[in-house]
Amino acid sequence: MIILTLLCPLLLGAIGIAAAASFAGEACRRERVLPAIYGASALLCALIAVLALASLGAAPSTITLPLGLPWVGARFRLDALSAFFLFVAGLGGAGASVYAIGYGRHETAPHRVLPFYPVFLAGLFLVLLADDAFTFLFDWELMSLASWALVIAHHRDPANTYAGYVYLLMAAFSGFTLLLAFGLLSGGTGGYSFDAMRAAHPSAVLAAPVLLLALLGAGSKAGLMPLHAWLPLAHPAAPSHVSALMSGVMTKVAVYAFIRIIFDLLGTTPWWTAVIVLALGGATAVLGVLYALMQHDLKRLLAYHTVENIGIIFIGLGLAMAFRANGFAAGAALALTAALFHVFNHAVFKSLLFFGAGAVLTATGERDMEHLGGLIHRMRISSFAFLVGCAAISALPPLNGFVSEWLTFQAILLRPDLPQWGLKIAIPADGALLALAAALAAACFVKAYGVTFLGRPRTAAAANAQDVDRFSLGTMLVFAAICLLAGMFPGAVIDMLAPVSTALLQARMPTQLGLPWETIIPIAASRSSYNGLLIFAFIASSTGIAVWAIHRFASHAVRRGPAWDCGFPDPSPITQYSADSFAQPIRRVFGASVFRSRETILMPPPGDLRPARIEKFSRDLIWDVCYAPVGTAVATAAQALNRLQFLTIRRYLAFVFLALIALLLALALWQ
Amino acid sequence: MIGPFLVQAGQMALVLLAAPLLTGLVRKVKARVQRRRGASVLQPYRDLRRLLSKEIVLAHNASWLFRTAPYLIFALTWVAAALIPTFATGLIFSWTGDLIAIIALLGAARFLLALAGMDIGTSFGGIGASREVMIASLAEPAMLMIILSLALIAGSTQLSTIAAFMLSPEAGLRVSLALSLLAFVVVALAENARIPVDNPATHLELTMVHEAMVLEYSGRHLAMIELAASLKLLVMISTMACIFFPFGLVTGDAGAGRYLIGIGVYLLKLAIAGTVLGCFEMSIAKMRVFRVPNLLGGALMLGLLATLLLFVSVGL
Repeated sequence: MIILTLLCPLLLGAIGIAAAASFAGEACRRERVLPAIYGASALLCALIAVLALASLGAAPSTITLPLGLPWVGARFRLDALSAFFLFVAGLGGAGASVYAIGYGRHETAPHRVLPFYPVFLAGLFLVLLADDAFTFLFDWELMSLASWALVIAHHRDPANTYAGYVYLLMAAFSGFTLLLAFGLLSGGTGGYSFDAMRAAHPSAVLAAPVLLLALLGAGSKAGLMPLHAWLPLAHPAAPSHVSALMSGVMTKVAVYAFIRIIFDLLGTTPWWTAVIVLALGGATAVLGVLYALMQHDLKRLLAYHTVENIGIIFIGLGLAMAFRANGFAAGAALALTAALFHVFNHAVFKSLLFFGAGAVLTATGERDMEHLGGLIHRMRISSFAFLVGCAAISALPPLNGFVSEWLTFQAILLRPDLPQWGLKIAIPADGALLALAAALAAACFVKAYGVTFLGRPRTAAAANAQDVDRFSLGTMLVFAAICLLAGMFPGAVIDMLAPVSTALLQARMPTQLGLPWETIIPIAASRSSYNGLLIFAFIASSTGIAVWAIHRFASHAVRRGPAWDCGFPDPSPITQYSADSFAQPIRRVFGASVFRSRETILMPPPGDLRPARIEKFSRDLIWDVCYAPVGTAVATAAQALNRLQFLTIRRYLAFVFLALIALLLALALWQ
Repeated sequence: MIGPFLVQAGQMALVLLAAPLLTGLVRKVKARVQRRRGASVLQPYRDLRRLLSKEIVLAHNASWLFRTAPYLIFALTWVAAALIPTFATGLIFSWTGDLIAIIALLGAARFLLALAGMDIGTSFGGIGASREVMIASLAEPAMLMIILSLALIAGSTQLSTIAAFMLSPEAGLRVSLALSLLAFVVVALAENARIPVDNPATHLELTMVHEAMVLEYSGRHLAMIELAASLKLLVMISTMACIFFPFGLVTGDAGAGRYLIGIGVYLLKLAIAGTVLGCFEMSIAKMRVFRVPNLLGGALMLGLLATLLLFVSVGL
């Protein structure tokens, strides 16, 4: 099984090389190259998803290939955790590839996308299969670099090259911290295979730095605050199917790295590590969605929203760590299952939403919501699929987003007798933050959907939009259906996750499939239960009854007329609420502290014919506090060191000599 | 076997029939407090009948979302109402969703209503939707914190279990419960667009939230939305009655007479709550929109405080 699974990413790599080669040839073949590459990628991704699903319950299998370092080779392993993430990545990859068959036709620079796309996919899959630190880091960097190449595919736009620059820096940072984390884990023996790390059982002293480094390395890739800065720049810059992959899948691979290091390699961690993860998760969830609310670029809004969802996932992981540290295995299993369920959900609906944003981009050429509006009339199928995605990500029943957040709440509610005060306060506080994030997410997606798809078109481009091709529409509808099905049959997903939590925590949630009516009961029937299938059936039947009764007994007359608008409708579409004005109340309530936002109104005196103006100011405090000082320091240091580049040869020799003396002295003192 | 289904069906019919009556009662009480005679308590039924028989005037650019939203909003609210133990706890389908799911169903209805408000592309729809989501972004977490504290006390998020626990002598008087009740009242006022958060009686543009969103609706669509709004008020009051004042609830199997008494007690609770709400609404003024977050933030903090108290008091 693992050989077949491993073959797929290697084949993907080969496809990438073939794509690069094909562009060296004459131009007329390009039309045929595109569907071939995306089609083959889709098939291989689907194959991986199927294989991963099949090997979820199987025993771990390993293989060593004579690649990489000449005397050890590259180790690969397929266990339950890898299999689950491979399934998610395969599903996302297959969807993105099919979508790209249609979407990619509008690509202006296909030679900058096609060769890197399969390589990016290969990197994603190989990270999930790697079983030693070298292979892991190599594939991690492969994934980063391939996606970086895709981010700067449209390199003529200065915003994109800037995004690529920031992304490259952060990717280097994350690779570096992970390298250190693996170095600490391998310990004195130097065995850098994961098996050796598992056997080593690092001391409690090591747990803290490893956790910190893993949080920095995996967290910066996943978009954990305050390391998220690259994400809202880079994800929107890439072509939309790549954005979907980066947001939906690559952040999940980072989550995988965190789980692999903390839950598998490191062993049980002390309780206070959970407090750190809980605090970061809660802060990320709320701040991520607040940032998302302030955006008016549709893709950037979605990217910030990824940050929020990563926060929710980390809340689940933090709870699992807290319960595991206290030997409460059943609770840890519930929390981990909730987190992984959200991993799956987010991969599905975020891909769907980025596909929708890509469809809007194709149809109108616009990403700015302030230039859109009214697309529901012209992009009927896309707008429907996007609506399902919005409802799912806003955690509305009966869709899938609700189930994973509900499970996270159930984990918070477990309230075992945790002896530590830190956890006693952190867990309910995270409950409040999670609730706040969920409510703000609904606000955010009312805004995203309402401004983009509803109302009247704000520009000619939006007024003349047409729905996109069949491949894109089909993919979006399939993903919308997955959102609904996973919400109606959550028991199937929970049972799918049982081998993962068994492998990591030696505990699992009770079997859900086979309960009457597909109910899910996380702990006990008297505590809580939820049935997505019946809720859906109830909503459908109640709607049916209402529609039937109304059409049976009420008047059928409909008259079309101009909008009422209290008697004073304004024909100009710019009088509609815009993305900025929609978020204004929330900006006033939350933004004053988070963004230091303020507004000034310039009202000309009576008789003055100038228009009144409102100006808003806001700051990105995280950037100002965490990134700007580092940037300034580097620039200052570079400026200061610049003088060293214009010295005479004598001075350079003197420097070399002094350095030698200093090192020898240090060595002498050391001994 | 057929009995539990009858109880469930009876409850669904009862909430549907009682909801306009509750709204009518609140209006009547408010009128009496203002020393007006006021319309009959049956007026909401007449309004609904009138709306149902009228033609719809639909704006030119109304989409399918605008036309389907009223039915879905009504259905979501009705399903939420069907899951609450109003007069009996052992509803046959009460396990399909717990209190979190009920709140999420109301959230879904609000999501659709806010979208429908933005569909026509008028500035009133936008202002209503944007204020509604601002209020909801604080009211929903406050509600969830109340649920968390209740679930910690009763060991369940299932409403029937919570009600059974509250009926048992174990419940007693607790600080957390008092804080939760206070927060619940504030949230319920906000959720139902009552004074001091919103005024259901005015069409004064600058004060309205809920009314601004439904401004473009007419005819049978408006009837559905009005009915859903009445139902939502009933849902909130029933939830409060079920959690904090569960006496009189029929638990377990009982005869028809017992159920009739249960229904009577429930209607009495509704009448008391409606009267109190009417008097309360007449005794205070509406707040400025940007003072509402302070009120709701207070409710959120109360809920958090109640939860924190429970978390730290365990094992003490």
